[in-house]
Amino acid sequence: MANFLLGRLVQSLVLLFIVSVIGFAVLHLAPGGPLAQFALTPGISHAELARMAHQMGLDQPLPVQYWAWLRRLLGGDWGHSYRDNQPVLAVILGRLPATLELMATAIVIAVLTGVWIGVMGAIRRYSIFDMLATIGAMIALSIPTFWFGLIVIYIFSVNLGWLPPGNRSTIGGGGGILDYLHHLIAPAIVLALVEVAVWSRYMRASMLDVINQDFIRTAHAKGLPARTVLWHHAMRNALLPMIALAGVEMPTLLGGALVTETVFTWPGMGRLLLDSLGYRDYPVVMGILMVSALLALLGNLAADLLAAVADPRIRLR
Amino acid sequence: MEDDPRTDRTPRLVTPRRRLLAAGAATGAMAWLGPKLGWVAQAHAATPPAKPTGQIVIGFSQEPTVFQPLLPHIEVDEGVYFNLFSALWRVDATGALQPDLVAEIPTVANGGISADGTHWHLKLNPKAKWHDATPFTAADVAFNIALIQNPKFLAGRRAGIDLIEQVTVIGPHELRFRVKKPYAPLSAILSWTFLVPKHLLEKVADINKPEAFLAHPIGTGAFKWGERVPGDHITLTAADSYHGVGPYVEKLIFKYIPDMTVLYTQFQTGTVDYVGIQGISPDRYAAARKLPDRIVAPAPQPFIENIAFNLGKPVFQDRAVREALYLAMDKKSIIQEIYYGLPTETESFLPSQSWAFNPKLPPHRFDPAKARALLDAAGWKPGAGGVREKNGVRLEFTNSTTAGNHTREQAQQLLQQNWQDIGARMSIKNLPPAVMWGDYWTYSKFDTTMVGLDFMVGPDPDATQYFGSGGIPAKGGGGDNTTQYVNPEVDKLLAQGAAEVDPAKRRPAYLRMQELTRRDLPYLPIFQYAMVQGVKKGLVGFTPNVNVQENSWNANSWYWAS
Repeated sequence: MANFLLGRLVQSLVLLFIVSVIGFAVLHLAPGGPLAQFALTPGISHAELARMAHQMGLDQPLPVQYWAWLRRLLGGDWGHSYRDNQPVLAVILGRLPATLELMATAIVIAVLTGVWIGVMGAIRRYSIFDMLATIGAMIALSIPTFWFGLIVIYIFSVNLGWLPPGNRSTIGGGGGILDYLHHLIAPAIVLALVEVAVWSRYMRASMLDVINQDFIRTAHAKGLPARTVLWHHAMRNALLPMIALAGVEMPTLLGGALVTETVFTWPGMGRLLLDSLGYRDYPVVMGILMVSALLALLGNLAADLLAAVADPRIRLR
Repeated sequence: MEDDPRTDRTPRLVTPRRRLLAAGAATGAMAWLGPKLGWVAQAHAATPPAKPTGQIVIGFSQEPTVFQPLLPHIEVDEGVYFNLFSALWRVDATGALQPDLVAEIPTVANGGISADGTHWHLKLNPKAKWHDATPFTAADVAFNIALIQNPKFLAGRRAGIDLIEQVTVIGPHELRFRVKKPYAPLSAILSWTFLVPKHLLEKVADINKPEAFLAHPIGTGAFKWGERVPGDHITLTAADSYHGVGPYVEKLIFKYIPDMTVLYTQFQTGTVDYVGIQGISPDRYAAARKLPDRIVAPAPQPFIENIAFNLGKPVFQDRAVREALYLAMDKKSIIQEIYYGLPTETESFLPSQSWAFNPKLPPHRFDPAKARALLDAAGWKPGAGGVREKNGVRLEFTNSTTAGNHTREQAQQLLQQNWQDIGARMSIKNLPPAVMWGDYWTYSKFDTTMVGLDFMVGPDPDATQYFGSGGIPAKGGGGDNTTQYVNPEVDKLLAQGAAEVDPAKRRPAYLRMQELTRRDLPYLPIFQYAMVQGVKKGLVGFTPNVNVQENSWNANSWYWAS
């Protein structure tokens, strides 16, 4: 186990380094820059922009800029945002809770609903429920999250007035726990929708694999109740591939949060990334890239560890 | 980020509103009475509450992020500055200067400015205090001037302030300074120079990153800092010690909603009380007007929508080409069909509300036949593919603007057809904002662009940055003359206009200049923008102001009619 962890740590560091080099190069080689936002601002002349670019080091060769960034990062300094001059780590950590809150809720909804639909679909294969679930999953996978979000707002906020049209809490309203939960319903469901479809399809396939295996037949032959066979024997085995799925789905959820956070004006990492990309806020984009890469690596590592714990046949070396 | 800030700006109002705006500003209560009358004073304005009451939520599609107003910032930041900070004076909706941190506006008549415009004497408002209760003094003004002039400081705007020298603090509320040469736009520049406290900033380790101040800025405005939830909102709260009118509401909240559709929805559902900056997009104007308990109407902005030529390209060096393209432009269809009839057609680079605006410029006519004849006469003959050519140069070019701006894309497509009809081939090459307005725009790497520009310095018509021959970045200049326009007479007029303090004497220079730019057409002027403003009914005091970047400029006097 120790060797496995050490190996993964080295792999992760190499990967993070590669991600940082590619990310930095792509970001900086793309045309445009952080000062473009001021180009049309009345009163700011080109001469002043050129002076700013020099003072910010943006006129330095790319390797010099990268080395300066990396050296600061290794020293624990993630740099400062070009937009609001706040430390990058503080900016990211300030947004992380909102995204985690949304993602965690969406994961819970997606896993519980998706697993249940998948299991039911498998044991009642080709039933009306199964067919409806299949069609529903296809629709959910095909609908753009952005559009679905707007439809939810239109129906439940504009027409029915049941749910707020966005935001994390009532503006200027203090925000009690119920207020937060009320605001969380719509974005969490919208973000979870695609994941429900994915989880239900994977779960259905996995369950179908398991329930046709010999040990399930044996369990039935032993006279075990159908419920015990299903939830105790079949389910535990069918869930094993889902652990790996959870690991790789982490970046997908982050991507979905990007859109959901924009539609529901949710002040999370997704919105921060979009804004920072738009303004070419290099330090923040690089910070988010590194944090996201780290989360993805941790997600996969956690999935591997969990799989080993859950499945005695797996040995980590 | 949805579109470029200057993208979805919608069209504007009818001109004779100036007098009406003045009336509205006087009473502080505005109402929209339709396109003929515009925003006017309400007949029976409610009275403001005895103490600050309630809150107002302002929706912005861009996020205010810079809270040191002397650092580089964009227009949305100024929406906050007007309420958190103060300048020496502010420009009202009529274009007149109103005292803010000064006790009186310095003029030649009251001895505040010498007859030659080089010596200034300021008397400050003794009631003004910083939000931490420290008195605002002349030393603060001197500190701000020195800070802007400090070469190590990343000042966003230095022009004009860099001419100030020999600042002498006479007393706590009085100071004098000298200006190296008479410079008329200085008053306008000082109206958007929001002052920061000396006692908090003079000792910070890195003057470009005053972290503590940026996290909790202290100003002298009607509202003090409450909280900022990054990416979401900023809350300002009423400042008890404010030296001016108001404030009448307890909280002023700036809510950031990047998507215009979502912003509109939140206005529709009542979450947002006023839609600021880009306002409501023109295609929603008709629907928005029908919303119950909302007042939705266009208000003029200083931005002029143009086609900018890169005169460094051989194809545009022939004036006949620019004139022909202008004749072949179906301007009315752009305004009526694409911008829903909201903007006002213009021939000038100045908004019609400016005192220097020239209303007698030759009106544009949509005349493709004349355009063709003009090109024929100039030797541009149809060549391969129907595209005209002259001396091996084809009348073929690209037009660029911010990618994703659907309204502009439609206008581009219409122009493409218009110009194809006269043998000019235009292809559309739109780019993301950070690319479009970077080196591509600054160093004149484009052929033509579709761009909304405010050529003025606040309310001042000085447009040296855009038309002065010394300001071409592609030729090493420090201005914004990206069309690379050179006209010695324009240079002379700009210098003359900037050096004269008396507006009456300045005006002829700007009138003539507008004639020259209308003749030379470095830009094809299309229209003056108006923004569709949406406010919740009952919000009293809202006053659109063409002289500022954002209409929250006087939120200190806003309140809810009970």
